Amino acid sequence: MSKATEVISPDTSAPHVGQVNGGHVHGDHLHDDHEHHDHIPKGITRWLFTTNHKDIGTLYLWFAFIMFLVGGAMAMVIRAELFQPGLQIVEPNFFNQMTTVHGLIMVFGAVMPAFTGLANWLIPMMIGAPDMALPRMNNWSFWILPGAFLILLSSLFMEGGGPAFGWTFYAPLSTTYSGDSTALFVFSVHIMGISSIMGAINVIVTIFNMRAPGMTWMKMPLFVWTWLITAFLLIAVMPVLAGAVTMVLTDKFFGTSFFDAAGGGDPVMFQHIFWFFGHPEVYIMILPAFGIISQIVPTFSRKQLFGYASMVYATASIALLSFVVWAHHMFTTGMPVYMEMFFMFATMLISVPTGVKVFNWVATMWRGSLSFEMPMMFAIAFIVLFTIGGLSGLMLAITPVDFQYHDTYFVVAHFHYVLVTGAVFSIMAAVYYWLPKWTGKMYDTTLAKWHFWCSLVSVNVLFFPMHFVGLAGMPRRIPDYALQFADFNKWISLGGFAFGLSQLIFLALLIKACKKQGEPVSAQVWDGAEGLEWEIPSPAPYHTFETPPVVK
Amino acid sequence: MQTEVQNHEYQKYYVPAQSPWPIVGAVALFLIAVGAGNYVVQATKGETGYGGHILLAGIAVLLVMLVGWFKNQIDESMAGLYSDQLGRSYRQGMSWFIFSEVMFFAAFFGALYYARFISVPWLGGASNNAMTNEVLWPTFEAMWPLVSTPGGTTTQEMSAAGLPTINTVILLISSITLHFAHVGLEQNKRKQLTLMLGITILLGCGFLFLQVEEYIHAYRDLGLTLQSGIYGNTFFMLTGFHGMHVTLGTIILIVLFFRVLKGHFTPENHFAFQAGSWYWHFVDVVWVMLYIFVYVL
Repeated sequence: MSKATEVISPDTSAPHVGQVNGGHVHGDHLHDDHEHHDHIPKGITRWLFTTNHKDIGTLYLWFAFIMFLVGGAMAMVIRAELFQPGLQIVEPNFFNQMTTVHGLIMVFGAVMPAFTGLANWLIPMMIGAPDMALPRMNNWSFWILPGAFLILLSSLFMEGGGPAFGWTFYAPLSTTYSGDSTALFVFSVHIMGISSIMGAINVIVTIFNMRAPGMTWMKMPLFVWTWLITAFLLIAVMPVLAGAVTMVLTDKFFGTSFFDAAGGGDPVMFQHIFWFFGHPEVYIMILPAFGIISQIVPTFSRKQLFGYASMVYATASIALLSFVVWAHHMFTTGMPVYMEMFFMFATMLISVPTGVKVFNWVATMWRGSLSFEMPMMFAIAFIVLFTIGGLSGLMLAITPVDFQYHDTYFVVAHFHYVLVTGAVFSIMAAVYYWLPKWTGKMYDTTLAKWHFWCSLVSVNVLFFPMHFVGLAGMPRRIPDYALQFADFNKWISLGGFAFGLSQLIFLALLIKACKKQGEPVSAQVWDGAEGLEWEIPSPAPYHTFETPPVVK
Repeated sequence: MQTEVQNHEYQKYYVPAQSPWPIVGAVALFLIAVGAGNYVVQATKGETGYGGHILLAGIAVLLVMLVGWFKNQIDESMAGLYSDQLGRSYRQGMSWFIFSEVMFFAAFFGALYYARFISVPWLGGASNNAMTNEVLWPTFEAMWPLVSTPGGTTTQEMSAAGLPTINTVILLISSITLHFAHVGLEQNKRKQLTLMLGITILLGCGFLFLQVEEYIHAYRDLGLTLQSGIYGNTFFMLTGFHGMHVTLGTIILIVLFFRVLKGHFTPENHFAFQAGSWYWHFVDVVWVMLYIFVYVL
């Protein structure tokens, strides 16, 4: 707050209400640091050799956005093929490659790196640390990612094509019936896993060891809390994914029979191992989103977050439960009935802590003095649309009902509501929220409004009708469909193209922002924003908190 | 308030300047992945190609990176740039890395459990799977170790007596000797440190030698191979990954040994030694689990 005098600041008179979600910096203490030290390395080596958490965060975020556009282009191919019934544009095998690589890129290339980028930028600033705890490893965990995706993408051009077995690479599709590119797929997934594990170790150690004096556990911003728990999940399950791809590799190339009943193995075992990774993975992609929304909603409601402690406990409960629900992805695969019952009830139990979160966000807004800047718009859209995805998830959790829904477009609708209007919208909300802090300039609000409204309308035209065609029995991952689904699919495709184009508005906005065009902003940026990152100048200096601030 | 904090709690955290090594490591991993991905295909199909060469190039670059990065790290440490807080970061980072390794092995132990208690009995008709057995392989009878697979591959059981037991004893002793090496370091008894560390390395090499003997025995005498069904799969994947970890652990200990000879490490400041020692104890615990679940039970 004391820094606000030296920058243009339309309204920083909003009082700091509480200390729970952040804390206060000792003003003049901070002041000493930022006059010097800010010699920023120039040229390409700045990015290649960097150990700076802000540079690495920027790299992650741009990489994620590029991958989002690449994966999105593949979705456009899928939707173009499905615009009409019958085989129109691509071969079925290429269609399968598109669905597979679209999924892999969006999960491992877009959503996860984007969250890691946000973690890099924000966690040190939020807890008052000079950088991430292990800065060189931080660089390594980013720079191995482009290579991994280069391998994955180039395998599409190989003889026999890229992976075409779905992003879940179920055996025997990925073993007996896959192409030679499977080996490249396996090693690229290994690298993605190594990257995630190193990133997660860095986040955990930073949070455990680098908090400023006075930043006690229950004063940490929720984004930090959710990432701490996410990082734990990552370290616990990414190695299991590594084990799964290794078994696929040896089954395919070295004659083992982990997933082959003739040798005493079982293809169903693949699904157990994969989903033991896969289910915590979906929480890896949503817990940081919960953290982001918990940062944004209080700011624009000008109230403290309702139920801070319950948010922390709910996050931890979700993470723990996520380890005992994996087989709800496999209700139709074949399991003893008591197992199906167990996984059904455990899954439904997750809706309790998730409900706590949604309730708390709404309660935070209740009687707040709300304003609707772009981060808040995305956050509110997140709350509504993510809840739709959550409720369809609850439907899918019910075993007998899932027999009907399994492998239909209803499932596609469900996980796109939680991942696109959930995870991706939260990332966009986060970018709009912190972008002025990063660049020091307000983004182009006109473009932002266009981006938001175009995205909001088109994303619902895209995904909502999928519920209907799914309930009516349209199977997923098939390039053709029965005639009665034609009208809905036409609308779905149109929505898809519109959503894809809407993201180009976002691209234009981001380019303008990176060129530092726009109105200068104050240190606090949003009146009502609280936490250490809002007490350092905008743009955030290259090095922050070389001397730890004191959090009271 | 401010000065108090500075005096009592604050020590400057060493944030390294730019470093070229991570990007070298990224190139190395890229080459390894491309090389291995191509080599696996070429080798199993008997084709010729550049996969193996790319793989070797990648490993070479990785070695250069490891040497350079560790040298850099050691120089900084010897120059006294590190603080207690950084030491804690390293220790915590190492613990979480070991946790990730635990989870990697857990995947393969999980596969062993699943094969033994679920898939093999089900193939034999257990629980309500009588028709599975009847339709697929009616003559198959469930057993563990699975020395005769449903598909008809036969092999022999690897007994726990003999080499595996000797190896267990060797690794257990090596953990103890390494512990006393650590004690020697902490009490500044350099002779004890050098001697005990040297014995640990010899025991590690002995373990690896006997493990190779056991593999030869399995392939030549027992017909137990990577291809002989789920029993051979889990046996070789678990012991093989463990063996790779012992190899890496031994290399780490050898590096530590030469650093000890050069007079590195003090009773207060020896993160690298501690990390190597943790890693070795972890590998030891994995072996005990292996011995129980793969060999004995």
